[in-house]
Amino acid sequence: MPDQDDRHTDTGKQTGTQTGTEDIVTTDKTEGAVPAIEFRDVVKRFGDNVVLDGLNFSVAQGDRVTLIGPSGSGKTTILRLLMTLEESNGGLILIDGVPYTHEYRGEKWVEIPEKRRRVVRNRVGMVFQQFNLFPNMTVLENIIEAPVHVLKKSKAEAITRAEELLEQVGMSEKRDFKTNQLSGGQQQRVAIARALAMDPEILLLDEVTSALDPEIVADVLGVLREIAETTDITMLLVTHEMQFAREVSNRVLMFDHGQIVEEADPETMFTNPTHERTKEFLKAVLAH
Amino acid sequence: MSDDIQTLLDRLPRLGEGVLVTLEMTIGGAILAMVVALALGFGSRTRTLWVRGPSRVIVEFFRGTSLVVQLFWLFYVLPVFGYELQAMAVGIVALGLNYGAYGAEVVRGSVNSVPRGQWEASTALNLGQFHRIRRVILPQAWALMIPMLANLLIQLLKGSALAYYIQLHDLNFFISQLRKATSDTIFSYSVGLIVYFVIAYLLTLGMNALEVHFKSRLGAGPTLREVLRVAPVPTTEKAGAA
Amino acid sequence: MNDSIWDWDTAWDVLPDLLEGLKITVIATVVGMVIAAILGLIIALVRRSGSRFITVPVRFVVDFIRMTPLLVQLVFAALLLVPALPPLAVGCGVLGIHYATYMSEVYRAGIDAVPKGQWEAATALNLPRGRTWVAVVLPQAIRNTLPGLGNYAISMFKETPFLFAIFVVEMFAAAQRYGANSFSYIEPLTMVGLLFLAVSYPTSLLVRRMEKRLA
Repeated sequence: MPDQDDRHTDTGKQTGTQTGTEDIVTTDKTEGAVPAIEFRDVVKRFGDNVVLDGLNFSVAQGDRVTLIGPSGSGKTTILRLLMTLEESNGGLILIDGVPYTHEYRGEKWVEIPEKRRRVVRNRVGMVFQQFNLFPNMTVLENIIEAPVHVLKKSKAEAITRAEELLEQVGMSEKRDFKTNQLSGGQQQRVAIARALAMDPEILLLDEVTSALDPEIVADVLGVLREIAETTDITMLLVTHEMQFAREVSNRVLMFDHGQIVEEADPETMFTNPTHERTKEFLKAVLAH
Repeated sequence: MSDDIQTLLDRLPRLGEGVLVTLEMTIGGAILAMVVALALGFGSRTRTLWVRGPSRVIVEFFRGTSLVVQLFWLFYVLPVFGYELQAMAVGIVALGLNYGAYGAEVVRGSVNSVPRGQWEASTALNLGQFHRIRRVILPQAWALMIPMLANLLIQLLKGSALAYYIQLHDLNFFISQLRKATSDTIFSYSVGLIVYFVIAYLLTLGMNALEVHFKSRLGAGPTLREVLRVAPVPTTEKAGAA
Repeated sequence: MNDSIWDWDTAWDVLPDLLEGLKITVIATVVGMVIAAILGLIIALVRRSGSRFITVPVRFVVDFIRMTPLLVQLVFAALLLVPALPPLAVGCGVLGIHYATYMSEVYRAGIDAVPKGQWEAATALNLPRGRTWVAVVLPQAIRNTLPGLGNYAISMFKETPFLFAIFVVEMFAAAQRYGANSFSYIEPLTMVGLLFLAVSYPTSLLVRRMEKRLA
C-alpha cells in the first residue's frame, strides 16, 4: 500500500460554502444513460510521481468491473479517489453524473465541501484489504454503527438488517464477538456485511483476499459471488484472483502507468489479450 | 517517638484537610489538563494552519517555560493585569496548562498510532468528523494513552506540592506544621512522603484499572471484572508500578 | 513608578542577576544529570541481576522516590544536611537521585531492546559474562538510552527552580528575590520563563533530531 503521511484526515474541515448546485441537479438521473461512475481527465500525483495523468473512463450502473495491472499502475488509487481517501490533483469524478470531489466554478477547479461530499458518499461502500474493522466494537456494533448514526435508521431496524447480512455471509454465531477474536477470513466477511449494511449503489473491493490465507480465500469469494448474483450493485474491484474476476465481472480494464491499455470482457481479456503489456502481465500473474 | 505519634494522631483532621487540598489541586489540574491536552493534541494534527500553528506554539511554550515559573507568574503577575485568581485556581490553572501541554503530545502521538485503516474505514462508512473521533479513534487511542497519562498524573500530583508556596494548606504545608509541632524532621517528613506515596499508588491503581477497561473493550486482555475477581485468572503481570 | 506595565529599565537591571542564576541552574542540571546517569545505570543493573532479596527492596525504594514530590524531598534533605553541606550540593544530590529512578527505567528499556541474538552470539563465542555486558550489551543499550537521557536532562533543567525552596539562588530564585525587593515581578518572572524556553526548546529540538537519527 502506498503510504502518504496524514492524508487520511483530509476529509472534513473544508471551509467555504457554495450553493451552486442548480446546474448539477439537471444532469442528475436522466434516462438511465448516466454512468454510475465517471472519471474525466483525472490527475493524481504523489509528490513528483504522477500516478494518473488525465484518466478517462466510466462505469455503467450495475456493471462489475475488474481493474488489473502491475502494482503501481494506479488501480488502487482509483478506488481510493472514489472513496475520497485520496485527493485528486485535477479533473472530475462524477457519481451518477454529479461531481463528487471537485467541480468547476467557472474556470476554477475547486474542492467540493465535505457536507456535500457526504451526501454522495453514502452511495459508495468499500471493503479493504486489511478489513479495518473497529476493534472497540463487536461484530454487530461494527455493522450497525453507520446505518444508525449516518443513515439515521432506528436501532431495531439496523439490527434486523445486520442479522440478515450476517446470515448471508455466514457469520451469525459471531454476532457478539470482538473483532480480534475472529480469523482474517471471518473479519473480511464481517467487513463485507458492514459495507453492505449501508445499502451502497457502488461497492469498491480493494484486493479483499490479498491478506487472507489461501484456504480461506474461497469462502470470501463465495460470499462476493453470491452478492454479485443477487444484487445489482455496481462493483469496482481490484484483485489478483483472475478466476474470480472472470466469474464475477463483465468488464476488465488493464492498467499500466495510470492509463487503460486494454479493455475487454473477461473471456477475451484472459484468453485472447491483444496488448503486449497485458500478455506479459497475465503470464506473470497466472504463472504462480 | 510515641509523642510524635500522639501529635500526629491529634492532627489527623488537619492531615485530612491537607490531603483534600492536595487532591483538589491534583484532580482539578488533571481535568483541566485533559481538556487542554485533547484540544491542543487534536489541534496539533489538523490540516488547517491557523489551528495547527497556534496549537504547536502553545504546547511548546508551556512545555518549555517550567511549571514553577508559570505558577508564580500567574500568582504574582496576573494581578498586575487586574485578574486576581484564588490561590487554588492559580494552582489548578498552572498544573492544568503545564501538564495539558505534555498531555497534548501524548494525545497526538496516540491518535497518530491508531492505524490509518481505521480512519479510512470511517470515511468509507461516511461517519462524520466528530463521530469518528468519539466512537472509533478515541476508544482505541485511550488504551495507548492511559499508561503515559498515568505517569503525567503522578507528575502532576508531585507538582501540586508547590501549593504550599502560594499559601495553600496542602499536604506539604501539613508536613511543615507537623515538623514544627514535633521538632522531628525525619518523622514528619517520612509520614508526609508516605502519604504522598499512598496517594500516588492509589492513583496508579486507578489508572491501571482504566487501562484494563479500555484494553478489554478492544478485546485484548481480560475484563476489569476478571482482574478484580477474588481468585484472579492468571494474567501477564504488568512491569513497573507507574 | 511608571504607568506602563512592562519596564525595560527593570528588565535590564535584573538581567545580570538572572544570568548569574542561569549559571547555577546549568551547574545543578549538569551535576544532577551526571549523578542520575551513573546511579540510574547501577540501579538498572542491580534490578536486573540481583536476587529477589535485593531487587524487591530496590524496586520499592525506586518507586517511592519516583512517586513522591521532588520538592518535598529537597526540603527534607536540606533540613537534615544543610549546615553540613552547601545547599547547592544537597540540591544536586537530590535531583540526581530523583532522576536516577527515571533513568533506571530508561536503561532497563535500553537493555531490553538489545536483540536476544546478541546475547546468544556472545554465548556462542564463549565470552565471559562481564565481557558480554561491557563489550556487547551496554554499548548498544546506552546508544538506545541517549534520547531518554536528553529528555530527562531538559526536564531536570526545568525542575531546577524547585531549588528555590532550599535557598539555592538559581535563575528563578534570583528573579523572585529581585521581585520581592522591588515589588515588580512581571519583568523578572517573564524573563525567567523566556530564558527557560530559550534554552530548553532548542535543546529539545536537538534531542528530537537525535531520536530520529537513532530510530
